[in-house]
Amino acid sequence: MSKHTFSIGGVHPHDSKISRECAIQPLPIPPTVYISVAQHIGAPSVPCVAVGDKVKVGQVIAEPGGFVGAFIHSSVSGTVKSIAPRADLAGRASTHIEIAVEGDEWLESIDRSETLVTAIPEDAKAIIDKVRLGGVVGLGGATFPTHVKLSPPPGSKCERVIINGCECEPYLTSDFRTLLEKGEQVVVGAALLQKAMGGVPCTIAIEENKPEAIAHIREVIAKLGYKDMDVMVMKMMYPQGGEKQLIDAVMHRQVGSGALPISVGAVVQNVATALAVYDAVQKNKPIVDNSVTVTGECFPKQANLLVRVGTPLQYIIDFLGGVPADAAKIISGGPMMGRAVANLDAATVKGTGALLFLTEKQTRRAPETNCIRCGKCADACPMGLEPFLLNKLSKAKDWDACEANAAQDCIECGCCLYSCPAHIPLLDNIRVGKGFVLNAIRARAAAAKAAAEAAKK
Amino acid sequence: MNAFIWTIAVVTVLGLVLSLVLYLVARRFRVEEDPRIDEVEKAMPGANCGGCGFAGCRAFAEAAVKAPNLDNNYCPVGGNDTMAKVAAILGYEVKAKAPMVAVVRCNGACEARPKVNEYDGFASCYVKSLLYTGDTGCAYGCLGCGDCVSACQFGALSMDPVTGLPVVDQEKCTACGACVKACPKRIIELRPMGPRGMREFVSCVNKDKGPVAKKACANACIGCGICAKTCTHEAITVEANVAYIDPAKCKLCRECEAMCPTGAIHGVNFPKPLDKDAVKERIKMRQQKAREAAEAAKAAEAPKPAAEPVKKEATHE
Amino acid sequence: MSKLLVSPSPHIHSKVSTRSLMLDVVIALIPAVICSVVFYGWQELLVLGVSVASCVLLEWAITKYMLKQPSTIGDWSAVITGILLALNVPYTTPWWVIFIGAVVAVGVAKMTFGGLGQNIWNPALVGRVFLLVSFPTYMTTWSQPQGLFGVDAVSGPTPLGAIQEGLLQGASVQDLTAAYNYKDLLFANLGGSAGEVCALALLAGFVYLCCRKVIKPWITLSILCTVALTSLIFWSVDPARFTDPAFNLLTGGLILGACFMATDYVTSPMSTWGGVVFGVGIGFLTMMIRYFGSYPEGVSFAILIMNSVVPLLNMWFKQKKFGRK
Repeated sequence: MSKHTFSIGGVHPHDSKISRECAIQPLPIPPTVYISVAQHIGAPSVPCVAVGDKVKVGQVIAEPGGFVGAFIHSSVSGTVKSIAPRADLAGRASTHIEIAVEGDEWLESIDRSETLVTAIPEDAKAIIDKVRLGGVVGLGGATFPTHVKLSPPPGSKCERVIINGCECEPYLTSDFRTLLEKGEQVVVGAALLQKAMGGVPCTIAIEENKPEAIAHIREVIAKLGYKDMDVMVMKMMYPQGGEKQLIDAVMHRQVGSGALPISVGAVVQNVATALAVYDAVQKNKPIVDNSVTVTGECFPKQANLLVRVGTPLQYIIDFLGGVPADAAKIISGGPMMGRAVANLDAATVKGTGALLFLTEKQTRRAPETNCIRCGKCADACPMGLEPFLLNKLSKAKDWDACEANAAQDCIECGCCLYSCPAHIPLLDNIRVGKGFVLNAIRARAAAAKAAAEAAKK
Repeated sequence: MNAFIWTIAVVTVLGLVLSLVLYLVARRFRVEEDPRIDEVEKAMPGANCGGCGFAGCRAFAEAAVKAPNLDNNYCPVGGNDTMAKVAAILGYEVKAKAPMVAVVRCNGACEARPKVNEYDGFASCYVKSLLYTGDTGCAYGCLGCGDCVSACQFGALSMDPVTGLPVVDQEKCTACGACVKACPKRIIELRPMGPRGMREFVSCVNKDKGPVAKKACANACIGCGICAKTCTHEAITVEANVAYIDPAKCKLCRECEAMCPTGAIHGVNFPKPLDKDAVKERIKMRQQKAREAAEAAKAAEAPKPAAEPVKKEATHE
Repeated sequence: MSKLLVSPSPHIHSKVSTRSLMLDVVIALIPAVICSVVFYGWQELLVLGVSVASCVLLEWAITKYMLKQPSTIGDWSAVITGILLALNVPYTTPWWVIFIGAVVAVGVAKMTFGGLGQNIWNPALVGRVFLLVSFPTYMTTWSQPQGLFGVDAVSGPTPLGAIQEGLLQGASVQDLTAAYNYKDLLFANLGGSAGEVCALALLAGFVYLCCRKVIKPWITLSILCTVALTSLIFWSVDPARFTDPAFNLLTGGLILGACFMATDYVTSPMSTWGGVVFGVGIGFLTMMIRYFGSYPEGVSFAILIMNSVVPLLNMWFKQKKFGRK
């Protein structure tokens, strides 16, 4: 079996998929949910309900605040209690819609049956529109509105849809479970994405450490008789599921600096997103819940839970028996790119894929020592950057040099810091440089645009 | 002997030839520029701190020579003395500015503002602020990693190990503003030094509602507005749940400081410690008097509007 | 549960640390150390002991009393410097000469630059070259080894030294190399610096380092290839004047230098291609010094010279960036 992988760098963290045997089970609906209006990249959505309104599951409660925006639907039925700022998991306040739960009443238009709908609509526009109305965003972590990704700018053409089932982050198993338990739906979702992009071929990329999923999806594709769809077995390597890395591995094309995947003819969607597309198009079911892996060696009760959007993290943890005594850090997402939780009162969002508990020993950073110029960070960087250099330049606040050395290309995968034997906080500093460089690039682009417009007049 | 003479001759000729080359090259590549730029640069402090808004002292000198007046060019480090020299060189008039000093507007010391989590990343306020709101309940206060300290070229800032907050040495502070720019929370403000260094300021920028702010930090400004009501000089405004003392209007009477329920208002360099009870008593008496006067006025001439409250003279204690 | 930790991602770290890397190098040096002790006897053990102890003590003392910083001896790099210095001097070297070498290696070449990671030149080599130019008598009078179970020591020059001498006296290389057979060179049976004696033990350490992914083999391979190629060319032109490739590969500490000194992280280029150029430079310079220089062997000088250009190599040879030309 030939295995594919990306061409530069990468690391091999232990995959620690200890929750792989845990089937996805629904979490009981919490008494109150807090649904953020800023769950996606782009403009925050605008609430369209008022305090005191009764809402049903699947009802739109906030509308997109711009083209790059998404609908937000109520994940529960009940009464809107408040629309007010509330702290997210990093403590930053953003507007949340608080809904007190009363029963579990869904909109009549939503098909809640288990029957698989394989009939694919003929009209690509209709699919994309349903995706938009379903509030579908990329569930692989970036939460970029999916309908925007499916509407490539004029002049660019999609040649292949890639369904990302790598789940290269250690510990996470929700995509794996989704592939096993909802394989048919994911495959039909992939077919819908193919149709939306104009009937292009599709590759479902799955890492080699999920042989059951690979076999199952192959079986499903054969059963459903899709010709233009194949499963590609990927080497176990982090960050195999990075968008640019995956395109490189599957299509042997490298997306340029600052360019979008569509520039090389690729559209990448995560497995969970494909499922959400299926739900939105075939079942009229918007994103009201998502599967969350709750795991960690120190956590006694591993689980993959189907969680309603807006459930407080504390509620999930209490359901599974509370925070274990030796847990030192709670991470929303995987250990390589996830965000540390500072506030357990924060509520889940569409993109919440995991809650990971790590002990002090697993996660506490060792003190920084001198760089020994071993070059391990440069070897590990999947973007071919020189993290040791960017770290220095960023600390010296030399943003021009940061740009010349491509700090803006950093995908923040964490390979450099992971592999540094001197425990230098490389990524912490590179992120700063990247931010300043991106701002400078944006400012230049805006200035150029203004100048061009002025020249026109 | 012959070799000796030859050596001297060769070295001499070589020296002459090379100096000629140097001279010619210097002439060929000479850049014509206003000689006053050099003069102005010499008058500058030479710290190249960028506090004036230019890349360095040289850039400031070039800009100052080109500018029609010195209104937009001011060296905060050299202050009025330097600017007088610059003005003399360029033949401009210079308006003296009040000396400024950096003021840290956070008094959330460790004991008043307990940590709710532990930060384990690179010790930089900027990195920390990119990640989250900080390791205390207050989303506005000092992050305590000392970005301001490392930004200061004059060694005027240091972290107080007890409070975990930066301390400004006003003797060394040149008000260049580097710390103001370095602080991601924007808690450092340049304020006028004040007469004999005396100044009064609200040492908090927490915009949360009172109870939230108070829960996070015992010393927070809770936006109660007592200070604004107490102030007889209209120097205090409360906006977005946080009070601000306008240094231009403040008369340093310290009444607000005495009345502040959380101790968020700080007065520094006053010769005597504040006797809160005495000031409170004084305010009470004054308000009593005002009320009486108002009532008396009302009783005497009902149709007339209420009398203005009695203005109190500034008291420099 | 105490307070939650909060930090930017990533939240886990590989098990590799500076200390573990350095320990791997120490482990890789053990076969060579055992070999040289067996070969040279207890005197070599004394040399190793003095060298390692003085390097570690000096680093500890400098960090504690001069730099007033936390001690860095825990990273084991001083131990490596000590072992390498010991393997680079004859076993007959007096203890005080070794101590001076350690002062130069750790005190001058390493700590003045700011400690591990900051130095430009390989500390052990700087110490060695300092001793070579300051105490030539001790450093070039090699004795036939006595061995742990051996007989009387016989004084004599190293193979390369003997050839240099012989050539000066007008003898031809063929006659001179006839005295040595390659099996002896490979299995450590000749006089020389401790580390020059058993090529196989050194190569075993090198293979261990490569397998543990501590170093990449390119620098070492390019040095060995260049030495072989350069000497092949010269030897085929004039076998009477120039020594043959196999002899050059197995003598003069070339393998020790190529496997353990040139591959030092701090003083070698980071990228693969930079490393290859670095190795070619070392190999070529070594042969030039051996053939045309006044010192019999040139590995130390070649490595030190190439160490100086590492910043340039790092600048010139960069990895290809993703999605860029």
